[in-house]
Amino acid sequence: MSQIVGYRRPAAGTQPDYLFPRYASTVKRAPTQPLVMLPQTQTELSGPVFGYGEVKRGDHDLTKQHAGDPIGERIVVSGRVLDENGRPVPNTLVEIWQANSAGRYPHRIDQHDAPTDPNFTGAGRTLTDKRGNYRFVTIRPGEYPWRNHYNAWRPAHIHFSLFGQAFVQRLVTQMYFPGDPLLAEDPMFNCVPDEGARNRLISSLDWETTIPEIALGYRFDIILRGPDETPMESRKS
Amino acid sequence: MSLHATTSQTVGPYLHIGLTWLIIENLVPAGVAGERISIEGRVIDGDGKPINDALVEIWQANGDGKYGEKGFRGFGRSATDDEGMFRFHTIKPGRVPGPGGKLQAPHIAVNVFMRGLLKQHVTRIYFPDDPANPEDPILALVPADRRGTLVAKKVAGKSGALEWNVILQGRDETVFFDC
Ligand SMILES: [Fe+3]
Repeated sequence: MSQIVGYRRPAAGTQPDYLFPRYASTVKRAPTQPLVMLPQTQTELSGPVFGYGEVKRGDHDLTKQHAGDPIGERIVVSGRVLDENGRPVPNTLVEIWQANSAGRYPHRIDQHDAPTDPNFTGAGRTLTDKRGNYRFVTIRPGEYPWRNHYNAWRPAHIHFSLFGQAFVQRLVTQMYFPGDPLLAEDPMFNCVPDEGARNRLISSLDWETTIPEIALGYRFDIILRGPDETPMESRKS
Repeated sequence: MSLHATTSQTVGPYLHIGLTWLIIENLVPAGVAGERISIEGRVIDGDGKPINDALVEIWQANGDGKYGEKGFRGFGRSATDDEGMFRFHTIKPGRVPGPGGKLQAPHIAVNVFMRGLLKQHVTRIYFPDDPANPEDPILALVPADRRGTLVAKKVAGKSGALEWNVILQGRDETVFFDC
């Protein structure tokens, strides 16, 4: 019998629950029935492969997608995608999206009274290299108001979407910036009890990737679920 | 080295900006073998209202029960419209091994993302009247009165057309998995 290696379950407190009433939209969208435990099968342990032409040269540079330069502070956002065992996740699709420097999304439902920027549409994508590295060039996003509660403002953030190599590794997350005073008030950032897990969503200023005279570098490493070292078939259940 | 997986966060309301460049509602390139099907459905919230800002992704085997084979990637992505509708044109997958090597009934794995979900929903689509459903090891884990939420329904008068909805809350709440 072939041995199937499953992916580890998240450590306690490091992943959010569905219901988190401080984030008001969870109330009508979180399940009310118990989840069913799903054994990981070939379905969950395999996943789509990208790289056959979806990602074009330059898709990683959000400052060069239009005729002119976008307004705002140019930044480099880079890091590594690893699994929980510290192994690089190569060739995986990373998609990002974000507000412009004024905190405005070019989206039909964004009513924030802040200017759009014809030279910035806020979407990028790339594939990780053999060692799991990714790199984007973009503009530092602005904070923006949302209507979750009175005077609610989102801290500056960049949305990330990653596939990994298995269905169970699929991850959507958000990257924040160091020292942002809005983090303490943000229901999304505070959705998990584990302080270490929250803080790992905050990028760090990175001199290594800073381009002198051009752009500050921020580093954001992303960890996807990792295969268990013990094959499931040899475990006693 | 042991690390902890990065905390999941919601896609938020502006997901379209980053994710709809890659809409794949037709998974079947010309010439791929298999039984052609279409699956349409709605995503419905706890007030019974359609959700117009959800993203539905599917992952499936080819007609022979193989994942990621040349010619059929098996990945689909659809964003719901103002009526909460998503849609896919694909082929019915073959059977793939489950726990202990026992074959599973044909099924499609589903991830659902939306504002208000701090992590995605994981669920599955099964096929109506498939003779393998009663012996499927995963359906067997689901309380009998809720199994039906995972099985698509035939659309009368349209060959190969199936309807399958994602009901977030209430009496007909879709079964969501923890894997
Ligand atoms: Fe946002």
